[in-house]
Amino acid sequence: MNPIRKRRLWLVLALVVAAGIATALVALALQRNVAYLYTPSEVLTGSAGQAVASGQARFRLGGMVAADSFARAPGSMEARFRVDDGDAQLPVVYTGILPDLFREKQAVVATGRMRGGTFVAEEVLAKHDEAYMPKEVADKMGKAHRKHDVAPVAGDAAVQADQPGLAP
Amino acid sequence: MFPELGQLALVCALLVAAVQGVLPLAGAQRGRMAWMAVARPAAYLQLGLVGLAFAILSHAFATQDFSLRYVAQNSNTLLPMVYRYTAVWGAHEGSLLLWALILAAWTAAVARFSRRLPMPVIARVLGVMGLVAVGFLAFLLFTSNPFERLLPAAVEGRDLNPLLQDPGMIIHPPMLYLGYVGFSVPFAFAIAALLDGQVDTRWLRWTRPWTNVAWGFLTCGIALGSWWAYYELGWGGWWFWDPVENASFMPWLAGAALLHSQAVTEKRGSFRGWTLLLAIATFSLSLLGTFLVRSGVLTSVHAFAADPTRGLFILMFLGAVVGGSLLLYALRAPNENDGAPFAAASRETLLLANNLLLSTACAMVLIGTLYPLLADALSLGKISVGPPYFALLFTVLMAPLVALVPFGPLTKWQREQASRPFAMLVPWAGLAVGVGIAAFFLAPQGAWKVAAGLLGATWVVAGTLRFLWTRVRSQGNRFTAEMLGMTLAHAGIAVFLVGALLVEGLAQQRELPLAPGQSVTLGDRTFAFDGVVHREGPNYIADRGTVRILDGNDRLVTTLHPEKRRYASGGQVMTEAGIAAGFLGDAYVALGEPLGGDAWAVRVHRKPFVRWIWLGAALMGLGGFVTATDKRFRRTGVTA
Repeated sequence: MNPIRKRRLWLVLALVVAAGIATALVALALQRNVAYLYTPSEVLTGSAGQAVASGQARFRLGGMVAADSFARAPGSMEARFRVDDGDAQLPVVYTGILPDLFREKQAVVATGRMRGGTFVAEEVLAKHDEAYMPKEVADKMGKAHRKHDVAPVAGDAAVQADQPGLAP
Repeated sequence: MFPELGQLALVCALLVAAVQGVLPLAGAQRGRMAWMAVARPAAYLQLGLVGLAFAILSHAFATQDFSLRYVAQNSNTLLPMVYRYTAVWGAHEGSLLLWALILAAWTAAVARFSRRLPMPVIARVLGVMGLVAVGFLAFLLFTSNPFERLLPAAVEGRDLNPLLQDPGMIIHPPMLYLGYVGFSVPFAFAIAALLDGQVDTRWLRWTRPWTNVAWGFLTCGIALGSWWAYYELGWGGWWFWDPVENASFMPWLAGAALLHSQAVTEKRGSFRGWTLLLAIATFSLSLLGTFLVRSGVLTSVHAFAADPTRGLFILMFLGAVVGGSLLLYALRAPNENDGAPFAAASRETLLLANNLLLSTACAMVLIGTLYPLLADALSLGKISVGPPYFALLFTVLMAPLVALVPFGPLTKWQREQASRPFAMLVPWAGLAVGVGIAAFFLAPQGAWKVAAGLLGATWVVAGTLRFLWTRVRSQGNRFTAEMLGMTLAHAGIAVFLVGALLVEGLAQQRELPLAPGQSVTLGDRTFAFDGVVHREGPNYIADRGTVRILDGNDRLVTTLHPEKRRYASGGQVMTEAGIAAGFLGDAYVALGEPLGGDAWAVRVHRKPFVRWIWLGAALMGLGGFVTATDKRFRRTGVTA
């Protein structure tokens, strides 16, 4: 191999190694720092996965703040409220100041983990604009609502099927 | 009547831009002088027409013409006069019009300051900028017309988003856009060079000041945005690695790489293809930034209501620009490497490393920003990428860059004895390490960050001063504006490092309930809460707190008035933080919510050296502007 070719070969090898290391680093960092968005019913039914329900995984909880659910413990910064997606509600506890646009019956996204049956939030984001709901929450809520419209019918059918004695 | 005139002006501007985009390019290809000569007058005319449209929209805001949908949505009779003017670019349509206006202004400036360039070059450059203008004006007219009428006219407007009713927001978008759009000049040059088939370093020298100025504006724009988020969002953070921030940060990183690679290509003739590619990438990332912010596809703390159908247009536009230019690059990229050869130890190698690190950082930000979009499209779930991803990888990539900064200016082009710059810098490296170790043991908290910040800052400052000293002592070598600009920008990195790492390491924060008469102490400052009173503003009512800041001896330093504002229109609630700004650090108070009785939830921060973040950015931006004034860029003769 002539010296120029040899130098090029080394250069290419170095580039491949560097790209490999960079890709590995990026993949690793991404994997560690990605937080999935789930709605309360996904958490409660277990479709969000065991790691989420057990409190191992940090995730984002999205939905609406349920009406009449907000309360602050007197003399402390601990706030409690429930997040609702139309199918299910999940109690949330957060210690600190809530964002300006946080209100009952408004969209909210909270980041944190499950502890027992409660979601312990480290960060709470509310929508940023009066006329705006975070798109990802809107998508998920839309799914939940479509499901909700269908569910009662399917549920009735299931009840009837389970009780053959009542069949005409 | 006026709004229709504005609309007409925009339609005419689109037609003019189309002429400017087609005739001069065709003329340059076929060697028709008359066709090429159209470029300059078209550029001036386009500026006049878009300027007229912009003036008419501003007039509609000033006179509160609620028969325009855009005005009705973003203004209100109670809105103070100054914010009526800035409301023009407070939302989607107007900010696009501002973009088009700035593009027209840059185009006219190119037409004005390009007298010494050969006609085919300037015809191509202005032609490409005309094509970009066609894209934006069509986008404005067909999807986001600011002159759309509302029938019947609204009696009252919806008001400008209160977050934007702020002095910082007046100049943040124009600065940012001056940067984004400014990168269209090196982009247009790159396309012109590819069409022409040769990259003449004399023309490249002519584009360097434009790149530097654009980058300077972008730096200032990003810094203003960060400063605004710091005091307006009430969280006391200065950078969130939020998609919208990332959108402006990617062209900044690519632009920083472009500055350095342009210098190599201009002076040594190396990296030609790479410089062209970077110019294309930088402007494409500016367009991508607009797409990400304006299409509403990303969830962001900065996201406002947006219409996703517009996203399709921008996506197609982006596809045409990026795809078209990359195709052109693939077909016409300079193959022959006629740059001067260089050894492994040389300034070229160092600048290559600079470019690799900056573009890798840019790619890393791009991946982190687009990954959630990709995952959503592939139904992998709704995810978000947390700040630790960006912070970790950015630190890993920027640490070697900071380590290399002092070597660059001290190393000779082409071939260098590796031991020479090392010998010059060893004492200063020792000093920096000493400072770092001392800081590590003296820091009350966050020792690693404080030590890293001071080590890096000392190293960069000392190395930059070492270069200054060498330069000033050596007779016969002029100290040029280019060197001064570089020195300022590199010093800006040091100042920024102090600010960013010290505030991360030393910041203190507490959120707690406070009743009037109670106080809280953070470090050597005591925050004494004196209660909240009611106050009426022009278009809001506020709960206005009074917090006295006391020093270690209980002497009054200053009194702060954080506010909780409720805006009359729409009832949106906003936090106005009370900030005692200081060179060595800020004391920061924000009101949370009333807790019953007279007690309030209060958030207090100490932010040591936080001002240095923006001071450092200002120095970097200034460095870009100063570099652009170098006389050498205005010469056209060939120099070795």
